[in-house]
Parts: sequence; structure tokens; C-alpha cells
Amino acid sequence: MENALARAGLWYTLLVIAIVAVAGAHDVGFAVHMWIVAGVAVIGLIATLSRYDYNAAANRILRAPNDPSRYDDEPVRWGVIATVFWSIVGLFAGLWIALQLRFPELNFGEYATFGRLRPLHTSAVIFAFGGNALIATSYYVVQRTCRARLAFPRLARFVFWGYQLFIVLAASGYVLGVTQSREYAEPEWYVDLWLTIVWIAYLIVFVGTLLRRSEPHIYVANWFYLSFIITIAMLHIINNLAVPVSFLGSRSYSAFAGVQDALVQWWYGHNAVAFFLTVPFLAMMYYFVPKQAERPIYSYRLSILHFWSLIFLYIWAGPHHLHYTALPDWAQTLGMVFSVILWMPSWGGMINGLMTLNGAWDKIRTDPIIRMMVAALAFYGMATFEGPMLSIKAVNSLSHYTDWTIGHVHAGALGWNGLITFAAVYFLTPRLWKRERLYSLRWVNWHFWLSMLGIALYAGSMWVAGITQGLMWREYGADGYLVNSFAETISALMPMYLMRAAGGVFYLAGAVLMVANVWLTIAGKVRDEAPMSDAKYDPQADRPIVAEPAE
Amino acid sequence: MSFTQQHKKLERNVTLLGVGAFIAVAIGSIVEIAPLFWIDNTIEKVDGMRPYTPLEQAGRDIYVREGCYTCHSQMIRPFRDEVERYGHYSLAAESMYDHPFQWGSKRTGPDLARVGGRYSDEWHVQHLKDPRSVVPESVMPAYAFLAEKELDTRDAAGHLKALRAVGVPYTDRDIDMAERDMRAQGTPDADAEDLADRYPKAQVRDFDGDPNRLTEMDALVAYLQVLGTMVDVNSAAAQQVLASEKGR
Repeated sequence: MENALARAGLWYTLLVIAIVAVAGAHDVGFAVHMWIVAGVAVIGLIATLSRYDYNAAANRILRAPNDPSRYDDEPVRWGVIATVFWSIVGLFAGLWIALQLRFPELNFGEYATFGRLRPLHTSAVIFAFGGNALIATSYYVVQRTCRARLAFPRLARFVFWGYQLFIVLAASGYVLGVTQSREYAEPEWYVDLWLTIVWIAYLIVFVGTLLRRSEPHIYVANWFYLSFIITIAMLHIINNLAVPVSFLGSRSYSAFAGVQDALVQWWYGHNAVAFFLTVPFLAMMYYFVPKQAERPIYSYRLSILHFWSLIFLYIWAGPHHLHYTALPDWAQTLGMVFSVILWMPSWGGMINGLMTLNGAWDKIRTDPIIRMMVAALAFYGMATFEGPMLSIKAVNSLSHYTDWTIGHVHAGALGWNGLITFAAVYFLTPRLWKRERLYSLRWVNWHFWLSMLGIALYAGSMWVAGITQGLMWREYGADGYLVNSFAETISALMPMYLMRAAGGVFYLAGAVLMVANVWLTIAGKVRDEAPMSDAKYDPQADRPIVAEPAE
Repeated sequence: MSFTQQHKKLERNVTLLGVGAFIAVAIGSIVEIAPLFWIDNTIEKVDGMRPYTPLEQAGRDIYVREGCYTCHSQMIRPFRDEVERYGHYSLAAESMYDHPFQWGSKRTGPDLARVGGRYSDEWHVQHLKDPRSVVPESVMPAYAFLAEKELDTRDAAGHLKALRAVGVPYTDRDIDMAERDMRAQGTPDADAEDLADRYPKAQVRDFDGDPNRLTEMDALVAYLQVLGTMVDVNSAAAQQVLASEKGR
């Protein structure tokens, strides 16, 4: 009782602080954010004061196991639901801004312009969809591979809900114009501080669970998760160093300026790709691919080699985003060289994943989840070949500032991150909710092919758009003058922009199918459908031919 | 002992594994970033660079708020076509007071590093209100609401103070005068006092076509009109400095 009272007191204090902050806010964005914090405090207060009912409701909906001989999967279940939910938000935002580039009338008023929605799209897919998938799978994987329950269960739940608050503050901030305009690090100083607290709690939960392990060895997937959590903390804190104008306002100014700021930002930006979208997704690969294929990882040696070389080399690659800019040449060259070397450890991971299917290749035909995983690894391989190629200065001089970069990113994001995450969601859902199987495996198959079509249209159209525009910009006529005005290069891209949006529609349609499939699986329904692979048996034909005498 | 045997030490110990991973990522970070803060020729000094006036900085804050970097770069690369299209390639010094930098990574619209002085104020206002009325092919959103919103001048000094804290050399007088400077620069009849002495070449006039009000449109156009104009890159002195540049 006293415990509940103390917690109610804490929530009440937070509520008062938030309301005072609203009253003194210097700008609308900050005031709205403090209202959101106040709303969270009210919910916490109500939940604390009506503790008993809340628990019963939570138990009914989420079926939390109290048995110590079972893994603590409650936050993993929430994480799977959050992943699925944010995937739709992120993909829809992406489709909308893709259409805005073709039909600029879709920019509405002050709050729904491309400039404000584009960070909403990138953050929703990277940090909301990807981040929730990573937190959920890391909680799942670390427990299984350590044979131990999550350390600090309350802190683990705080990480989940704290991370959702971060997402809501970040996303609403962009629409309200609260942004640092640093790519993939747009949230302002107070949201960054909040994420730092959540992230350190995440590190404590993860390391705590590793320390409680019953297995002597730390499984390879956990190396990747651990280096992801540590490095993201380092990148996030350094890149977001800033001085706020006021502690009651949203605006802050970066601690660095110009050329130094550019390198710090792209050191962060490229390693968001590395340590958010590659390293921990490889951790997912290292657990879910062997599990689904029922085969051990192909090579232990290769996993050691490519883990250390990957994390050591990746951190250098940032300057390839700044080729031919005012960044000193030595830094550009360093970035290019390391980016090219990076090709090898990247493919080390792909090979280790693909070769795990040795002896189980037939499953590509029969198991759409394995097929998704293999396609994800294939896209990982393609993107990590294309990346080093684009980082070569001569290639970059054409591709930089064009849609080729956008196509490259999406081959990785839709192909690698999207498909491996969908596969993990399909793996996890029946296990987490104790269902016999997914509602429909055939729908997974549909999801796979819709995604493939979407990615093909997306990547293809953006390659064409990027190279077209790059060549048009530098085209000279016989008279020695530039041939194209900038405006002409835009109208040349319109068919490709329409095609890209069509790709987005297909990819989003696949994700909607996933939502339905996950929903119905959780509801306990099973679709009456023929199995994915079933060679026909015809008892009529299953007999020897008996010679009959000629008439 | 093979390396897989040696590695067993690391993978049995969380501390060793975590510290090892941190060292692996710290090496590249330090070697690549730290020298930029002490190698002198990272930013070659050129004449003409000055901090933004409070009005220009307010315009820059609007540029940041609206996410203009998602479609516009501010970094001209040293290629023949870019130099002909946008002007002299960008110098490191030209963004030395930019917190944060806005070099951008995508050109859905053209580069803006030297857009200052290329178009009239009227063109900018018309283009921001309804981009397709001046460039039919444009896919830019309309920013008509900027002309309706009064510019918030209350905390002009606070913004300058925060910028001074991160290294922009604003003087005490700049900070004391911040709000008055902001109003004076965008109001044709106001007494600008020593604004032009403290901010050389500052353009003092009504930018948005509505002299009775100081709007966000005034601020943004003032910022766009100063972009790339501070350094006279084609002057003999600047060319001499550039010719002696090393490391680029």
C-alpha cells in the first residue's frame, strides 16, 4: 500500500512538473510535448491508484506468466504488437511522402509538408518499427540463449514504455516543427535526454541478463546485440551534444558547426545504418535463421572474424557521405577506403547466414518464412555490395544528391531489415501466444511476393531516376553550355516517382496482410487451407501396370 | 592455441566482450574525427565571414524547423557543371557559424549555398507562397503560412546567447541589441543604428512585401538572401588564399 502511495506521489510530481512546464513553455511544440508527458503521468496515476483492476485487465489481455520456470515474454509480446503497429505507420508515411513528390498538392498547410513528414517516415521505420523489433527480439533471444529470465523485469518494462514515449514525442515533434534537422537524429535535446535514460536502462537489462546466464558461452547473436547497444549509446550522446536556448523551450544549437558538425553527423548517420540497421539485425539472423532452418550456424570461425572486422571497419565509413564537399580530402579518402574494405565482412555475415541452409535448401520451396529470410540475406548482400560501390568517389560524384541513394537505402531497408523482421514476427507470434501455428502460411507467401514486387518497383525506379538526374545535371551541349535547367531534370523524374509510389503500395499491402495474419493468430484462429507443399497422391495411379492381352 | 580457443575468453566474459567491442568502435571514431578539431587547414580563413544577424538566424531556424535540408543541399562540389549552375564551390569557412550544418544529402530541389542575391525578394515571396506559379515543374510544398505568422522576437537574445555558448563570436552588444536588430533589419524606416557596423553587408529592408509587419517570411527571405554572399570568392585576395590551399 505504501509502495503504491509512493509511486502515486512520483506520478503526481511528474504531472505537476509537466503542467508547470506547459505554463512556462516558450513555444507550441514544447507545450504540446509537455501535455503528452502530463497525459502519461495521469495514466500512470490512475493505473497506480486502481492497481488491482489494472493488473487483472493486463493479465487477461496479455497473459503474463508468473511461473519462474517460464521465460518473461510479456514485454516481447508488447514489442511484437508495437513492431507490427509502427510498421504500418512508417510505411504509410513513406507512401504519402512518395506521392507528395509526384503530386505536390498532397502537401497540406503547415503541418503536413514533405519537410516535416519525411523525418516522420524515416524515424517511424528505423526507430519505431526497427527499434521495437530489436528490443523485442533481443529480450526473446537473450533469454533463450542464456537459459535465464530477463534481469530487472520492471526496468525491462520501463524500457519498452519509455521507448514508446520517445517515439511519440519524436514523431509529434516533427509535425509541430520541433527538429534539429540532423538526418536520423532529428529529435530535440529533451527527447534525446529521455532516450539516453531509456537506452542506459536497456543496457542494464541486457547486460544483467547476460550475467545471469546458465550457459558458459555468450551466444554470437548476443555479441551483436551488445555492440549495438553500446555503440548506439556512444553515437547518440556525442552527435546530439547541444546547448538549449531555454530549458522551457524546444530549440537547441548543436555543439559543433560546419565541417566538424558534418563529420560528426555523418559518423552518426552512417553508423545508425551500421549499428542500428545492420549489426542487431544480424543478431536476429543469427538466432532466427538457424531456428527456422533447424540447422546449426554454418561457421563459428567466420562469425568471430566477421563480427570483429565488421564493427571495427564500419565506424570509419561515415565520410563517404561527404565526398567532394568542404571536408578535408584525407578524411574523404579514409572513408572511401574503409567503405570498400567493408564489403568483405558484410558478405561474411551473408555467407554465414545463407550457408546455414546447407542441407535444408528445399525449405525455400516449402517454407515461406525461410524464403523471406533467404531473400533478406540476398538483399543484405546486394545492398552491401552497392554501398561500397557508391562510396567510390568517382561513382559518388554521379550518385550523390540523387535518388540512387534513396534506392540503395530502400533495397537495404525494405529487402533486408523489413523481410528479416517480418520473418521474425511470423516466427515469434505463434510461439509467444502459444498457438499451434500461424493463422495462414499462405498469406505469408502472399506477403513475400507482394514485398518482392514492391521492392523491385522501388529499387528499379530509383536507380533509373538517380542515374537519369545525375547524367542530366552534368550534360553539356556542343555549344559548351549546360543542356538542362534544374526544373527540366525534375519533370523527367515524374514517371519514376509514380512507379516508386506503386512499389510502396505493394509493400504496404503485404504489411497489412501481416497485420491481419498476426491479429488472427493471436485471436486463436486457424485458416482452413491446403499446406504449402504437398506432392499429390493419387491412389488410382499408385499401382503397377498389368499387361493385358491384345484383342 | 588457435584464435577460436583464445576467443573463448572473450565470449565467456561480458565485461571483456563489451569493452572489446567499445574499443573496436572507439579507434576509428577518434582517429577520424578528433584531428578535424586541431588541424589548422581544415577551415582555411577567408575574409568576409561574420555571424548571422538575429533576423537571418531566425530565418535559419525556420529553414531548420521546416526540414528544408530534406530536399535542398547547401554544398556546391568542385565540378564544372555544379560551379556553372550554382556558383563557386563551397568553402569550409562559409559554414563555420552554422549550428547545425545544413549541407544536406539530397537535391530534390536545387542547391541553395549561393542562392543569396540571385532572385529578388518578390520572387522568393511569390515562390514560397505558391512555388508552381513561378516554376511550373516544381514539386515544392507551399509555404504561404509563413507570410501570415508574426515573427517571434521575444527571445532573440536567448538564441544568440546559446549560439555564443557553442562558439559563435557574438559580442555583448550584439546580444543586448538582438531584438532591436531583428526588428530594424526587416523594417524599412526603423533606426538600424550600428547594425551595419557589427554585421558588415547586412541587408536592411522589408523582405516580404508587407512593411507593416515582421513575419516569418521576412526572416526566411533574409536568410536566403545572405546565403553564399558573405565571402567574395571571386576577389583576388580570396583566390590567392584558395590557390595556396593544401589538403583538398
